[in-house]
Amino acid sequence: MSVAAPIAEPEMEKPLSPPLSSAPTNLTPDFTKLEDAPEWFQTRARAAWEEFQSLPMPGLRDEHWRYSQSKNLSLDGLHLAGETTEAEKQAAIEGSKGLSKVAARLIFLNDRLIHSQTDGLEQGVVVLPFAEALRTHGDVLQQYLMKRKADLGSEKFAALHLAHVQAGAVILAPKNAVLKAPIEIFHWVSGVNSLVFPHTLIVAGDHAQVTVLDHHASLRDEVAQSVAVADFVAGNGSHITYVNSQELADSARALHISSTTVARDARVKALQLQLGASFARSESVSDLAGEGSRSDMLGVSLPFNSQVVDMRTLQNHLAPRTYSDLLYKNALYDKTRTIFSGLINVADGAHYTDAYQKCRNLLNSADSEAVSMPGLEINADQVKCSHGATSAPISADELFYLKARGIPDQESRQLIAIGFVEDVISRLGHEELIESLDRRIEEKFARQAA
Amino acid sequence: MSLLIQDLHACIPDREILKGFSLEVKPGEVHAIMGPNGSGKSTLSKVLCGHEDYEVTSGSVTLDGEDLLAMDVDARSRAGLFLAFQYPFEIPGVSNANFIRAALQARLPKGEELDAVGYYKKLYRRMDELEMSRSFTARSVNEGFSGGEKKRNEILQLMMLEPKYSILDETDSGLDIDALKVVSQGVNAMRSPERGFLVITHYQRLLDYIKPDIVHVMVEGRLIRSGGPELALELEAKGYELTHAA
Ligand SMILES: Nc1ncnc2c1ncn2[C@@H]1O[C@H](COP(=O)(O)OP(=O)(O)OP(=O)(O)O)[C@@H](O)[C@H]1O
Ligand SMILES: [Mg+2]
Repeated sequence: MSVAAPIAEPEMEKPLSPPLSSAPTNLTPDFTKLEDAPEWFQTRARAAWEEFQSLPMPGLRDEHWRYSQSKNLSLDGLHLAGETTEAEKQAAIEGSKGLSKVAARLIFLNDRLIHSQTDGLEQGVVVLPFAEALRTHGDVLQQYLMKRKADLGSEKFAALHLAHVQAGAVILAPKNAVLKAPIEIFHWVSGVNSLVFPHTLIVAGDHAQVTVLDHHASLRDEVAQSVAVADFVAGNGSHITYVNSQELADSARALHISSTTVARDARVKALQLQLGASFARSESVSDLAGEGSRSDMLGVSLPFNSQVVDMRTLQNHLAPRTYSDLLYKNALYDKTRTIFSGLINVADGAHYTDAYQKCRNLLNSADSEAVSMPGLEINADQVKCSHGATSAPISADELFYLKARGIPDQESRQLIAIGFVEDVISRLGHEELIESLDRRIEEKFARQAA
Repeated sequence: MSLLIQDLHACIPDREILKGFSLEVKPGEVHAIMGPNGSGKSTLSKVLCGHEDYEVTSGSVTLDGEDLLAMDVDARSRAGLFLAFQYPFEIPGVSNANFIRAALQARLPKGEELDAVGYYKKLYRRMDELEMSRSFTARSVNEGFSGGEKKRNEILQLMMLEPKYSILDETDSGLDIDALKVVSQGVNAMRSPERGFLVITHYQRLLDYIKPDIVHVMVEGRLIRSGGPELALELEAKGYELTHAA
């Protein structure tokens, strides 16, 4: 049931509550906590709060919310994530099972740093929790913090994020710094109706190379919401590899807003791995700003039960001879839905651009539904572009072959689904990272089977 | 103890393909089936595996006394039946090593983990016997394999799973002369008093290597003649014309 192009207005189950123009009082930021923060940041946080209050919740006719709805991320009843107990901290630290070798690992629980370790970080590389970076590297943050405005639908949430942001990692790799091991960050949330604002900023200097893995996870299965922002700035010839591994509990909701700026001859690979949450939305913009730059935009989701995954992307070619390749794959089960909306924009003058976009859906259930809305806007010459979306049920031949070798139905379907998304994950080109993500996918299937 | 097929009838929606097929393969025996294109040889092997395209309308199949037709596809395999496919399928993204490992894992009792070290040791030994390059462990199952490589990969699976009853559906087609020899040696290495084989082929050259005890001729969905190894030679010389006369 793939929808190649939106033709009709989406069906809505219930009428939407009136737009939320004034903010719920329990989300009002405590600006007195920012007294230590640089002046500019206080100003921006206050302005962001004003902006949040003035912006309406995206309405039903908002094109960026087509086939979805902003009330999936309703803020009603939510509050800022609160203090946690010692036992919860312990549980979060113990639950942070990640890569065996990392250059740095930060663990946050309810937007508070509870663990930090670095292991032989290369000379000059900075990996700091957001609040500390604000004090010690304020000038860099002033230059880069949320400078690329979110414009794929979640402007209001981005403003709320900026008004509250305190947690997350700031990663600054100076010119020529090559990090051998990845940096891994865990963001845990605990408490019913908790709201967290994880932030990630990666600035790679010219020819620097850095790999970062973000995890978003819940201590318990309860309603909670994560409004994350991740920005990547790739200097000339640099390489950034980034994974957002969304592993929240089934009752939680996730929003991940990310923007990437790729300078001359730089390369950024970013993967959205959506495993948890009742509703998960990602908005990913890649600005190919420098000649010869390349962006790989990757996505994998494996929704079960009634999970909804909502993906919005923009491949924005601003300079000549730029290359972008988007591959999103979804394996849907039960009564799940995925919505993919992607635009390739080739700006005036971005000649000799190569831009590819593919969304493939594997439907494991007749009740699942995958909506794909690809789009193209070309204003330059000598451009190679292609886009396509496919949806198909699991192949009966493949299934028969596996079962004919004695592999039970469920395991066979799982093998096929994992195989289906494997080429996306392999594109990360990082053996240990690939293995650890594969493990997480297998764990999800194991949990589902239990 | 045997794979016992009695008066088997199977059809696709618009017509019957197996029309009263009967055969007993006992452990230790090698049976060969020859027969013209379209006579139903591959259909027989797929029906035995439980392929959903075919409906069994009458007859029975038992594997060591157990009702094979009552089992699911995967249970039949675990019960000891193996089919080396005439046209093996491709599974994108699933490595050959993981695939075979999952098949072996499925044969263990619940909660027991396959010993990975022992598994790879055995896998590499079998691959060496089949003169397969190690690169085939990491490649996706059959994806981009040449015709001959796919056939070799089927026999690798056979050698890893060690089934009690194996059906080889035109394993020789697509194999070059050297590969035919290597693959046949692999099959012969598996021959034992505990294992039975049903070898489907069009050509004597395979039977030169895998020597059958009994040769059958299948025409229009059933066996019409059986004999010793000399029957294959006779068929090769005279073609299926003689069977029509018989
Ligand atoms: N799923 C199917 N749908 C339609 N027709 C089928 C199907 N399976 C088999 N047939 C038909 O049944 C007949 C027997 O096919 P089968 O593949 O069993 O023959 P075979 O003896 O294996 O032939 P070959 O020697 O060419 O391999 C053929 O006419 C074939 O077209
Ligand atoms: Mg055949």
